[in-house]
Amino acid sequence: MAGAQPAASIELTDNAREAARRTAPHVTIRGLTKRFSDATIYDNFDFDIPRGKLMSVFGPNGCGKSTLINMIAGLFPVDAGEILFDGQPLSQIKFGYVFQNYREAMFPWLRAFDNIAYPLRVMGVPKAERITRVEKIVAGLNVKIDLNLYPYQMSGGQQQLVSIMRALIVEPEILFLDEPFSALDYEMTLFMREQLQRIFVETSTTTVLVSHDLEEAVYLSDRILLLSRHPARAVEFVHYDAPRPRTPGTMSEADFISTKAHCLEIFQREVRKG
Amino acid sequence: MKRLQGLLPFVGVAVLLAVWSLTVWARVVDPVLLPSPIATFRAMWIGMTSGKLGVDFLKTVERTVYSTAIAAVIAIPLGILLGSSEKVYRSVEFLIDFFRSTPASAMFPLFLVLFGVGDRTKISVAAFGAALVILFNVAYGVMNARKTRILAARVMGASRLRVLWDVMLLESLPQTFVGLRNGVSLALVIVVVAEMFIGSTDGLGQRVFEAQQLFDMPDMYAAIFAAGALGYGLNLLFLTIERRFVHWSGK
Ligand SMILES: Nc1ncnc2c1ncn2[C@@H]1O[C@H](COP(=O)(O)OP(=O)(O)OP(=O)(O)O)[C@@H](O)[C@H]1O
Ligand SMILES: [Mg+2]
Repeated sequence: MAGAQPAASIELTDNAREAARRTAPHVTIRGLTKRFSDATIYDNFDFDIPRGKLMSVFGPNGCGKSTLINMIAGLFPVDAGEILFDGQPLSQIKFGYVFQNYREAMFPWLRAFDNIAYPLRVMGVPKAERITRVEKIVAGLNVKIDLNLYPYQMSGGQQQLVSIMRALIVEPEILFLDEPFSALDYEMTLFMREQLQRIFVETSTTTVLVSHDLEEAVYLSDRILLLSRHPARAVEFVHYDAPRPRTPGTMSEADFISTKAHCLEIFQREVRKG
Repeated sequence: MKRLQGLLPFVGVAVLLAVWSLTVWARVVDPVLLPSPIATFRAMWIGMTSGKLGVDFLKTVERTVYSTAIAAVIAIPLGILLGSSEKVYRSVEFLIDFFRSTPASAMFPLFLVLFGVGDRTKISVAAFGAALVILFNVAYGVMNARKTRILAARVMGASRLRVLWDVMLLESLPQTFVGLRNGVSLALVIVVVAEMFIGSTDGLGQRVFEAQQLFDMPDMYAAIFAAGALGYGLNLLFLTIERRFVHWSGK
């Protein structure tokens, strides 16, 4: 019986380690500095992105929201500082990225199907598997679009849906969405919000959403990062823990209204400062 | 109404033929200088089917096609290479613009010294002119590839080479076709001029020149129209290929 003692304690520490891993930040940003020729966008910026949460970034125009996610995704170099994933500076991490301008982000020479499969092709996944995986994701999202069409033959919402599927097909560890719905009409935006929420509930992928719509940001998020004008500071990291799935009814609950009002107040104070 | 609209392109042709016939009929111009449309088209028909015009036509087609093909084979890869790095392009931009602005006809004596009197000179001067036009367009097409599309490919893990191949190359295709169409037009101009003056025994340029020397006006007009039809046809050919393969162009 004495022999069981050490084994149990190892198991415990494994559990503890697992729990620590689950609650540790997914992305750690330390001392981040970024300048463009005429402006300092980030000056010694620190921030942690929590794992498995949907986080929104909200801030005035030109404060550096897109620059931030581009640096995390490795698309822009940083001038100083470090960005760590699970404490490691590795670059082999799989990102999903949805751009605001779907027209310029889709490949017009590929049919929608091949657009979605493109990241798999880059990864060297064989054709048969590419087809099954695209079919799986399309079925999972219950998408009813003719994927034999070229992007320019589709509506804006359909194109953005294709571009979201393209981001999800690699089962990314982190999903970035830079104002993904701002070029869509209102009805399509509402539909796409529900799609995004469903994807998040199903996969719990760490998600960073840049949004210009405070209502949307609060409605979809667990956390809202409020940025100041550049050089950007994290003014506040607001928590909103309403249970999912949230419905349009959520938006009339007191908790939602007060969170939104709080964010708006901070935002207005920050904008007036600048 | 729809059906009438389809006829619009022919209105100009009909007006031209009417004015031409009228001019001949009223003897405004010396009939030796301006034959009737019927005489001209008869000369064209006979020349193309059984006379020397058909042979000359094919000879000019051959030279133009060769020079454009040589130009494309050299200029397209080079343009992609230069365009993929803005710094590299900027460093040779002046040279390209300078030689693009140099009339290719000014190069004839040089190429004559290099290649002698023959097809090689004509084809190489035409290829030289066309190559610069194609090069310039391809390089710009690659340089102006949409930033977002390149970022999208990179975030999906595409290597630099893959981005060049999968994105920039395809992005540059519409502009490449603009270059090819301009290039083939320029090549035709240069070939025809060369056929006129560089000791030629065949080709449309030579045909026009010889007919003029012999004062055979119907033949001369016939050869001019043949050259026009050739230029138009080549342009149309490239447009058709473009529509077929670059279906996203302009969308
Ligand atoms: N490549 C660049 N060169 C120079 N300046 C840049 C570049 N990219 C962005 N900037 C500047 O950096 C600042 C932050 O840009 P960024 O696109 O990150 O802002 P944003 O918060 O996403 O703005 P928006 O809400 O308008 O999308 C802006 O002032 C912008 O002008
Ligand atoms: Mg932005």
